[in-house]
Amino acid sequence: MGRKLLMRGNEAIAEAAIRAGCLYYFGYPITPQTEIAHYMARKLPKAGGVFLQAESEVAAINMVYGAGSTGARVMTSSSSPGISLKQEGLSYLAGAQVPAVVVNIMRAGPGLGGIQPSQSDYFQACKGGGHGDYRQIVLAPSSVQELYELTVEAFNLADKYRIVVMILGDGILGQMMEVVEFRDEEPVEHYEKPWAVTGHGNNRKQNIITSIHLDPAVLEKMNRELQKKYELIKQKECRYELYRHEEAELFIVAYGTVARIAKSVIEIARREGIKVGLIRPITLWPFPAEAFDKVMDMAKAFLTVEMSSGQMIEDVLLAVNGRRRVYFHGRMGGMVPVRDDILEIIRRMYDEHVRKG
Amino acid sequence: MAVIFQRPNALKDVSMHYCPGCTHGIAHRLVAEVLDELGIEGKTVGISSVGCSYNSYDYFSCDMIQAPHGRAPAVATGVKRCKPDCVVFTYQGDGDLAAIGTAEIVHAAARGENITVIFINNTIYGMTSGQMAPTTLLNQFTTTTPYGRIAELHGFPINVCEMLATLQGPTYIERASLHDVKHIKKAKEAIKKAFKVQLAKLGFSLVELLSTCPTNWGLSPVESMTRIEKEMIPQYPIGVFKGENLEV
Repeated sequence: MGRKLLMRGNEAIAEAAIRAGCLYYFGYPITPQTEIAHYMARKLPKAGGVFLQAESEVAAINMVYGAGSTGARVMTSSSSPGISLKQEGLSYLAGAQVPAVVVNIMRAGPGLGGIQPSQSDYFQACKGGGHGDYRQIVLAPSSVQELYELTVEAFNLADKYRIVVMILGDGILGQMMEVVEFRDEEPVEHYEKPWAVTGHGNNRKQNIITSIHLDPAVLEKMNRELQKKYELIKQKECRYELYRHEEAELFIVAYGTVARIAKSVIEIARREGIKVGLIRPITLWPFPAEAFDKVMDMAKAFLTVEMSSGQMIEDVLLAVNGRRRVYFHGRMGGMVPVRDDILEIIRRMYDEHVRKG
Repeated sequence: MAVIFQRPNALKDVSMHYCPGCTHGIAHRLVAEVLDELGIEGKTVGISSVGCSYNSYDYFSCDMIQAPHGRAPAVATGVKRCKPDCVVFTYQGDGDLAAIGTAEIVHAAARGENITVIFINNTIYGMTSGQMAPTTLLNQFTTTTPYGRIAELHGFPINVCEMLATLQGPTYIERASLHDVKHIKKAKEAIKKAFKVQLAKLGFSLVELLSTCPTNWGLSPVESMTRIEKEMIPQYPIGVFKGENLEV
């Protein structure tokens, strides 16, 4: 490993992107992720790249569409209301199979909401906020170190599958400062892009980037190909962390910042003799259902904790598929779940499912 | 036997889907001739938009991207910033450029983005069956102004060239017309100049082409050409709005 630096989460994302070979950034300011733009504005011109502040999020994502179409590694970032505006572009990128990395450092909504952290864009990120049958890979880091590593990974995955990869963080992760240990060399994967529009130089066939197919049979075929790709990603790219799962009888399911809170809950509960483990999805789409199968024999119940009214829990319920009881605790509006509240629920679950059981 | 007239290389050998009397075919041909004459087809990326010309990638033979409604200038910006040596043009209608895409065109122009915009103005939404466009003339009948466009209800037409010419960013802006041979020749000169401005890296260029929509106007092709001359040119005067003395 290389140099260690104390960095803000947003800056770690930006630095990682440049190290991953992203020389193009198009964005529009919105709290709490604007440091990404600040960092790119400072660094990209020096790296021979381009930082451009667009006139809107809509323009920014379409600049990404153009840049990605040329085969360049390109990124944009925003926060919840801004990501809503980018949904049109995300649907087109999916339809035209143009790779790009999009960062959403979530704040609380709906509407203009507030600038405090939230996880209430889970549906939008994982279920398709734009129109049409499409998916995007959604990565959920839970530390600044992971923001750095997963951002590099995001560019590789985007190019590998010609897909949008979203880094889904929250305002705490974006703003917090932690030590990042940088690698001497990034695992940058290089993919041929014979589909890119770069001018055909009169020596190859015309390339066309498009998402329109007015013939329904052709459009259905295109959709089937997309679904095949998504199936492949489901099989190959599920990522998760199992924490203290040895002999665990109860499991907390949480991602991002909330997973960190869950870990401190688990330490206290374990000291009280309550055997709790954590399932932390790292890919939110594809959702790592296999993690649940792995622990199902020992798990007596699950508790999903989110900074939302309960969005990921729908995927948890599908993964558990009626085999165990699933509880929920969520905070909204920028409020963060607190350790003692979660602990209290765990104690009650223990009484109900383990002590009595 | 010497060939004195043929299909430009930059135009594919396919039939176009446009209605009889529609001037998209002429506009396509002029752009293709210019790409041929400047020898730039191999390094050009065209951006088609939403509207009747959405699939102009089936007609032009250069690399093409199909952009979302109104966003072509932003897509073109992304391409040009990554590939500054590519020639990048957008091909947009009035609904695309002057309504949903107003922000994108204004800001691409204000940035002086080194791209060329071909703007087709036929005062109506063609593809979606004849609704009012921002360019629809006062008193013009459309499916959404069945009693005519009334300023008090629907606002006034937008003169895109005049509006954009107030900005510092653009280098060359001209309005031309496709209603007769003389004007078509002038339109081609304008298009050629617009591409040459880009090749010389001088910045943003836009050519507005006064065009027809016989189907939605409910006029014959010949009457449509006359309408451009008699009704459109008074509202949309032809001429150079920026870069008149520019030598390229």
